[in-house]
Amino acid sequence: MISLTINGDHRQFEQPLSCAGLIVTLGLSGKRVALECNGEIVPRSALDSHVLNDGDKIEIVVAVGGG
Amino acid sequence: MTPTPHHNPDTLLIGGLSFHSRLLVGTGKYKDFAETKAAVEASGSQIITVAIRRTNIGQNPNEPSLLDAIPPSKYMLLPNTAGCYNADDAVRTLRLARELLDGHTLVKLEVLGDPKTLYPNVVETIAAAKTLVKDGFKVMVYTSDDPIIAKQLEDIGCVAVMPLASLIGSGMGILNPWNLQIIIENAKVPVVVDAGVGTASDAAIAMELGCDAVLMNTAIATARDPVLMASAMKKAVEAGREAWRAGRMPKKLYSASPSSPTTGMIGKA
Repeated sequence: MISLTINGDHRQFEQPLSCAGLIVTLGLSGKRVALECNGEIVPRSALDSHVLNDGDKIEIVVAVGGG
Repeated sequence: MTPTPHHNPDTLLIGGLSFHSRLLVGTGKYKDFAETKAAVEASGSQIITVAIRRTNIGQNPNEPSLLDAIPPSKYMLLPNTAGCYNADDAVRTLRLARELLDGHTLVKLEVLGDPKTLYPNVVETIAAAKTLVKDGFKVMVYTSDDPIIAKQLEDIGCVAVMPLASLIGSGMGILNPWNLQIIIENAKVPVVVDAGVGTASDAAIAMELGCDAVLMNTAIATARDPVLMASAMKKAVEAGREAWRAGRMPKKLYSASPSSPTTGMIGKA
């Protein structure tokens, strides 16, 4: 069991997972997102290989309407 | 985004990119993405600002995406740092934006001073601009209408300086045309009036002052008919630009030069 903070929300996961796995689990696959783990950007090319650890703080962002 | 053919002599050049439209528009405050899309199309704009925010994480899986309405293949997206109150948050936001948009480097930096006025914090803005320019970003920077700060931001390497006409979202129009004129006179990079435009005449006045472009969101999005206002703004920016290029007549207290002939009047002896 690992615990992650995602966009300020605490979530628990049964299995260790990669950033790419997290994106799928959250229903965000196919969407244009950017992901930061503990303040560092995880480039798209590294989403598969970057495995998340218990306590990681994740930010996942999208483009929204703004001026 | 669509590159502008070079046969148009009056293109807007920003950071080595050329654009035929001198109106930049935001995508906030619309009732839905269909309206956003229609207004953006009516505006004729090529550079479109977007904000970067946390996604919903499964609460609303079928939420539509702004980028489906405003695709990066068709428009030059300009990610902003709206809502950032310090340099670190602004830099972090734009690094995420660069990742989100596949290495895109043209960005709008704005670091705000307080939530009531949304007035720019120029000290933090300068700090963020230095970091971003070093990091390879092409920074279009929102700032106050202080000519010294505008010049400093240019000297740091920002590709456009974007002084406010009045407070963000206020619709108060151009409060200090004199400062804008000083900024325009001194600048070697494009000057874009950003924030405060309320209606078409404000945009035309900005362009007649010699601004290179105008950036707006609220004036269009909160008009009764946003699509019609977008069209009005397009024309206003074009009209103002043409008037500036044409060179206005001097102002005279009395007209000593009637437009019609003074001879050949009927009924004379």
